[in-house]
Amino acid sequence: MDDVKTPSREERKSALSGLGTSRKRVEDARFTQGKGNYVDDIKLKGMLFGDFVRSPVAHARVKNVDTSAALALPGVHAVLTAADLEPLGLHWMPTLAGDKQMVLADGKVLFQGQEVAFVVGDDRYAVADGVSLVEVEYEELPVVTDPFKAELKDAPILREDIADQKEGAHGARRHPNHIFTWEAGEKEETNKVLEEAEVVADEMVYYHRTHPCPLETCGCVASMDKVNGKLTVWGTFQAPHAVRTVASLISSIPEHNIRIISPDIGGGFGNKVGVYPGYVCSIVASIVTGVPIKWVEDRMDNLMATAFARDYWMHGKISATKEGKITGLWCHTTADHGAFDACADPTKFPAGFMNICTGSYDIPVAYLAVDGVYTNKAPGGVAYRCSFRVTEASYFIERMIEVLAQKLGMDSAELRSKNFIKKEQFPYTSALGWEYDSGDYHQAWEKAMTSVNYKQLREDQAKQLQLFKDGKSRKLMGIGLSHFTEIVGAGPVKNCDILGLGMFDACEIRIHPTGSAIARLGTISQGQGHATTFAQILASEIGIPASDITLEEGDTDTAPYGLGTYGSRSTPVAGAATAMAGRKIRAKAQMIAAYLLEVHDDDLEWDVDRFSVKGAPEKFKTMKEIAFASYNQAIPGVEPGLEAVSYYDPPNMTYPNGAYVVVMEIDVDTGVSDIKQVYALDDCGTRINPMIIEGQVHGGLTEALAISMGQEIAYDEQGNVMTGTLMDFFIPTAWETPNYETDYTETPSPHHPIGAKGVGESPNVGGVSAFSNAVHDAFKPFGLTQAHMPHDHWRVWKIAKDLGLHS
Amino acid sequence: MIPSAFTFYKPDNIDKAVSLMADFGDEARVIAGGHSLIPVMKQRLTDIKHLIDLSGINEIKGIEITDNQISIGAMTTQVELINNEELFKIAPIIREASLQIADPQVRNLGTIGGNVANGDPANDMPGLMQLLDATYKLSGSNGVRDVKAREFYEGAYFTVREDDEILISISFEAPSGGYAYEKQKRKIGDYATAAAGVILKVENNMCSSASIALTNLSDTPVYCNKAVDIILGKEIDNNILTQVIEACVEQSDPVADQRGPVEFKRYVAGIVIKKALTRAIERT
Repeated sequence: MDDVKTPSREERKSALSGLGTSRKRVEDARFTQGKGNYVDDIKLKGMLFGDFVRSPVAHARVKNVDTSAALALPGVHAVLTAADLEPLGLHWMPTLAGDKQMVLADGKVLFQGQEVAFVVGDDRYAVADGVSLVEVEYEELPVVTDPFKAELKDAPILREDIADQKEGAHGARRHPNHIFTWEAGEKEETNKVLEEAEVVADEMVYYHRTHPCPLETCGCVASMDKVNGKLTVWGTFQAPHAVRTVASLISSIPEHNIRIISPDIGGGFGNKVGVYPGYVCSIVASIVTGVPIKWVEDRMDNLMATAFARDYWMHGKISATKEGKITGLWCHTTADHGAFDACADPTKFPAGFMNICTGSYDIPVAYLAVDGVYTNKAPGGVAYRCSFRVTEASYFIERMIEVLAQKLGMDSAELRSKNFIKKEQFPYTSALGWEYDSGDYHQAWEKAMTSVNYKQLREDQAKQLQLFKDGKSRKLMGIGLSHFTEIVGAGPVKNCDILGLGMFDACEIRIHPTGSAIARLGTISQGQGHATTFAQILASEIGIPASDITLEEGDTDTAPYGLGTYGSRSTPVAGAATAMAGRKIRAKAQMIAAYLLEVHDDDLEWDVDRFSVKGAPEKFKTMKEIAFASYNQAIPGVEPGLEAVSYYDPPNMTYPNGAYVVVMEIDVDTGVSDIKQVYALDDCGTRINPMIIEGQVHGGLTEALAISMGQEIAYDEQGNVMTGTLMDFFIPTAWETPNYETDYTETPSPHHPIGAKGVGESPNVGGVSAFSNAVHDAFKPFGLTQAHMPHDHWRVWKIAKDLGLHS
Repeated sequence: MIPSAFTFYKPDNIDKAVSLMADFGDEARVIAGGHSLIPVMKQRLTDIKHLIDLSGINEIKGIEITDNQISIGAMTTQVELINNEELFKIAPIIREASLQIADPQVRNLGTIGGNVANGDPANDMPGLMQLLDATYKLSGSNGVRDVKAREFYEGAYFTVREDDEILISISFEAPSGGYAYEKQKRKIGDYATAAAGVILKVENNMCSSASIALTNLSDTPVYCNKAVDIILGKEIDNNILTQVIEACVEQSDPVADQRGPVEFKRYVAGIVIKKALTRAIERT
């Protein structure tokens, strides 16, 4: 025994792979071997397939749907139309935003790609043939694709079902194509400040329509067991529990008879939060046919019909003193929601958290109004790798800062620094009503400016500009800055719910007799690595190695109720629940240890993986020993077993932040931009797994690059989708992806049990502004104030042309 | 994204393939790499009843070089063109242009025959074949005939190939002089926003031979005969180059798409032509 070295405290700690460890992702073994289990991998006995007949036009009356030829085709079992769903009350369904949406075209179609009929058959081939045989008679109607034309007096009325309703889910409607007006802040006071201001910058900032485009498209397998009355649905659901409740409410199947399972999910990015007609039709078809039904979108379906993101026209005014102290901010946003308001926002927030648009700055007074309108485009408006409308808000303020700096003739880095909320002001209440939990923006900014050698970059830029002016180069250099503040971790039940379901989350832990454990959560990973990181949180809390903890999510029959994974809420909410449940385990473990060591509870202290007697560290019981004892000892006053559950209602949101810098070189003749440097400093509070953070930042930056430099959902005037394939919808490959430098500061959240804030979406929020600002910055010397994204070759070329740089 | 039903054939010689084509007429199509055909079949933009796979026909594969004459079997893949060292030595522009087609996965299956015969103006090889003044060998029920690449293309997806004919090989003389193939694209895997190829020889300070062609700037590949007439026999200076570029752009007739409007494409055409000319001249 003397030969065995007692491990030191540090060694024991490191054996846990707890908080702060770059633990390798446990999920990757199956993903890298092609052994993931996705929806499309699910094959059930007797399973049939379903697919949609979709509208080829953007706005039309549906005069007739003739399914006879399709039904006559061998291999086709059923064709559902709105008329078939109507008796069940399922031809329309509620949206998360308080609107309703057609499941199948009920008398008219409102966007290209809209679901008209659902064909069920033996296999995908029979179904595709059946789809081609359904004859739909359309009477085309005038199309509205421009949100500013939607509210004109003679605009065609899109939603005839609610044309006369003056009151919507979010207040008064002023036009049949108007959805809501949502306001925050002080209107009159802001107007007054703007009127009296020394300097005002006024700009229209458009954040174009794009799409989350996860690698795996949306899909499900619905299986109604008519013997026991139980419906099981495997699907690409970012919020399985909410889907179960919604499914129960709209189908009248009791909630205990519905089981929703999210298997492995190949990326979500907000696209898989909502409920789609495909889910409803698969469920109905399974009830009708009595066999399981699989529906999986193809890429074109996904881009054309499932939830888009952004499409915000943000008109802003920002005022300041001549010295550059910001005095007020005004914003009016026209939000293009498409044909149905199917935004996935907390119910009380029809424009999400757009009112975080004062950003990282101490702005004394502000006003925001958002008007949502209907157009002949696909519904959606989801939070694409960001919290609800936070990228829009962040892009808006970061463009307004640049425009103001231009007006002031001031360096925008200096303008930011001059107006950041100061460290000592936290917790800080913004003019639009949020309480920022913590941050040290000046520290982050200075670290960023030093790391990139900002002064040198500006000198290099000036040299390049001179070469350009001397006719020696056709390239300009742009330096894109951004400092963002996110608001994530929705959220406190007092103001955050989805269809009345409070946005808490939950964790349930069971310790096994031999000292390993299983933890189940209300969230669902779509690539975030929850099985890796949540085990790390627990390892640190309960002293069991992360590798001995199994994580399970996504099965509503076994996991505790939670609102799912989106809006960077998993770590702030479910991560907190995990820590809290761990602490409950520890509290019981302490009682057991006290019994075993024959001391009073208070005489024990927690030491990494054990309780030891204060002042006598050689007397201890490890968590492993305690676990076994909990199963084999009759301890007076203590129930056997070692389990805990925590439902965590966060007291506040968390506010991750960061400072990003992008340097690019732009060829004014070709419009081609060459990204030279991307620096991203993130402050996500306590860092659980630095390697996963870095991976998240790389992924988010790549999506930010895509969005700002080329990715869009474009429509022509007839409402045809012009970007329905990956040929035209830009997804960067390794070739287009630049090198990333990541950095961090660590300002823990004061209200989160472990101080973590969430990071998965930060790089998209901060990245888009940084890339776009770099393009703008390159052309600033020639007077460019605003050019809308995406900054693809021809649009950049157009900037140069309009500025007279081609002559 | 599911095609309608079709019958699949995999003949092992060209005569069998031609006879299948003769039997089925315009209801049949041959498939080479499939990168253009399969997507349109899956989108049901075309209804093909009989699909004839050429990958089992060895006689139309491979690269033959005799003296200065190069003959490439239609079913030779782009990766084979890239990796063939002899071909690179004698006609390096083939590798330069092939490397700009799509991505490695596509080039592993994509063939030179499919690329030139499909008649897609966005494909790079038809432009390259204009440049090289290549000859296409077609085999049909009435035997084998040669068609000049410069006379093969009639419009987008329309060529002089008869319904029962199959392109079996492409031949051309090894080019001499400086060369360049320049392509601007939005991303890897994309077709050209604008692309241009130049082959040019300078002797005694004069341009003694020249060839210029454009890709995806009209409904067919463009051989810039007017620009060639301008530069031939001239001393190359900035004035001549400007005239040449103008003549090329004049012959272009691009259409607007997600890559940009016509005005932009014509401007970029001028830029890629200039880059190709500059690099070709540097290489003389």
